[in-house]
Amino acid sequence: MGQLLFLRSGWPPSRISFTMGRKMRAGVRIMTVQVTPLGDRAIVLKQDDAAGAAGWKQMADLAWALEQQGEAWIIEIVPAYETVTVVYDSALLWREIEIGPEADSLLPYQLAERRLRLLIKNGRTAAERDVQGRRIDLPTYYGGEYGPDLEESAARAGMTASRFIEEHSKAEYTVAMIGFMPGFPYLSGLPEKLEQPRKPVPRAVVPAGSVGIAGKQTGVYPIATPGGWQIIGYTPIAMFNKERKDPVLLRAGDRIRFIPISGGEGSI
Amino acid sequence: MKEQGNRGEAAVNIGAEGSRGGIKVLKAGLLTTIQDLGRTGYRSSGITTGGAMDAYALRMANLLVGNEEGEAALEVTLIGPELEANTDLLIAVCGAYLEPTMDGEELPMWRPVFVPRGAVLRFGRAVSGCRAYIAAAGGFGVPRELGSRSTDVRAALGGLAGRRLAAGDVLPCGAGQGAAAPSRWAAAWATALARQGEAAAASAPEAAGRRLPWAAAPWFAPPGAYSGGDGEDGIVLRAMPGSEYGQFSVAAREALFRERYTVAPASDRMGCRLTGTPLARETRAELLSHGVTPGAVQVPPGGGPIILAADCQTTGGYPKIAHVAAVDMPLLAQAKPGDTIRFQPVTLAEAQRLDRRREQDIRYLAAAIRSRQP
Repeated sequence: MGQLLFLRSGWPPSRISFTMGRKMRAGVRIMTVQVTPLGDRAIVLKQDDAAGAAGWKQMADLAWALEQQGEAWIIEIVPAYETVTVVYDSALLWREIEIGPEADSLLPYQLAERRLRLLIKNGRTAAERDVQGRRIDLPTYYGGEYGPDLEESAARAGMTASRFIEEHSKAEYTVAMIGFMPGFPYLSGLPEKLEQPRKPVPRAVVPAGSVGIAGKQTGVYPIATPGGWQIIGYTPIAMFNKERKDPVLLRAGDRIRFIPISGGEGSI
Repeated sequence: MKEQGNRGEAAVNIGAEGSRGGIKVLKAGLLTTIQDLGRTGYRSSGITTGGAMDAYALRMANLLVGNEEGEAALEVTLIGPELEANTDLLIAVCGAYLEPTMDGEELPMWRPVFVPRGAVLRFGRAVSGCRAYIAAAGGFGVPRELGSRSTDVRAALGGLAGRRLAAGDVLPCGAGQGAAAPSRWAAAWATALARQGEAAAASAPEAAGRRLPWAAAPWFAPPGAYSGGDGEDGIVLRAMPGSEYGQFSVAAREALFRERYTVAPASDRMGCRLTGTPLARETRAELLSHGVTPGAVQVPPGGGPIILAADCQTTGGYPKIAHVAAVDMPLLAQAKPGDTIRFQPVTLAEAQRLDRRREQDIRYLAAAIRSRQP
């Protein structure tokens, strides 16, 4: 069955190189993304170098640059750590794009790839984007009924609960990407000593607003859902609220701090 | 208001009882939700697309009642609901065969049906397939949330208050209920079918004095290629190699396209979980979270594949061994726990040609339905 490898249209991946960053500055660098299909209705741009999890900023910038060009055939642009996933509508692709006589011999995937190449090269790649991100404080009740796993997590980390709270709230986190569920922030910046294993048996329901840790990640559950993270606290700030103009609170690049509050003060 | 007895003299006014709502839910069934073609443009916010699992059946049901193909309709799962018409309606039932009856008589599917106020639609067991769709002329007038009426139960978005239907719910349907007015095509068919029912009732003296019977059009649209999974090969899904296909062992790659897999009971609108030969990966390296879409076949460390479906999460971290062709996703929608699934290799080129042909077929069917006058 070795011949199955031949089934891979779009394999080996094509590559697109482009410049990233403010063109007037010395910091300009050449970036290259691999282009591969994700099924027959999506295309993945993947950072070619070994940026790994640190690559989220380039991917957020690339996604932004594509969004600015408002192409109707692109129905979703999803940035992540080292990828941007573009979901396309083949019918709109055929209809909207001026293509030469070879159009009928090209797959929608090939058309999308060609068009993306053009968009990326022409894009104002992050040159005019406000790259600062916002600073957002999340008041957080730690421990007790809101953070049932705090004591255990602190014990595993070899410190007292109050020290654990201090360490967790002292750090500044950056939203690397939003995904998985509505408004769920993947935060980077968790101090290594606070890393925690996932719970061996996930809870059936983790309440919305729960602040948790899993591996190198810390985050806030936007909606009540089953989950295996260690729950150390709760924030009343809604990550997701469909009544708001922008239903999702955070976006990639935002800088987050957890501010300890005590239920006793009745401040909220 | 017209009298019940003389409606043959004027056009039937489908969806007329504005204040009472269109359809009353007597029993909710296992999982009945309002779905359209989904919520687009929010995957970067972590909000799933959702929408009908079997988009082909939903689109056909809408076309058969004169709606735009992407109108909201009811998605019924395995055990159907019991619904009572609060107003005269034109409906169509498409998708899985769940033994639908209207007022106790077998209800033909894949065609427009005139339903008089007071008639009761019931379902039996899932004989073939898993999900059926009920479209009504004018659609369902629940508010759009983030651009769609699709119910996202986890995020409590869309549908009726963001939840599955429950007994006692009244579904707004027809003009004045937030839904579109039924098209002229729908009104013409409703009137013609109501007269046909009236004529039949007049020739059957034992039915004298009863209300108008329901009546189905004598023509129908082609059903999708549904499989109950009871054939020797079960449901065959054409699939392309996935992004991490090359990371799986040769044995796993062979097994994927050779072995039969069984749909596990834990399957839902997020994903179809399969049991069968585990698929081993040759590396233990974890992947960084990345965008995923319906059709992706993820393999968690346990080796049991999961085919992501309409309500799937926007990003994930499991390796993807394959991706089901979009054209076969309606078949996956009809897979129920215990059914057998087999993957058949397809190239991206072929998958995109099949997808294009399916879209052309639907356009031709839409034109054929619109041109069919009573």
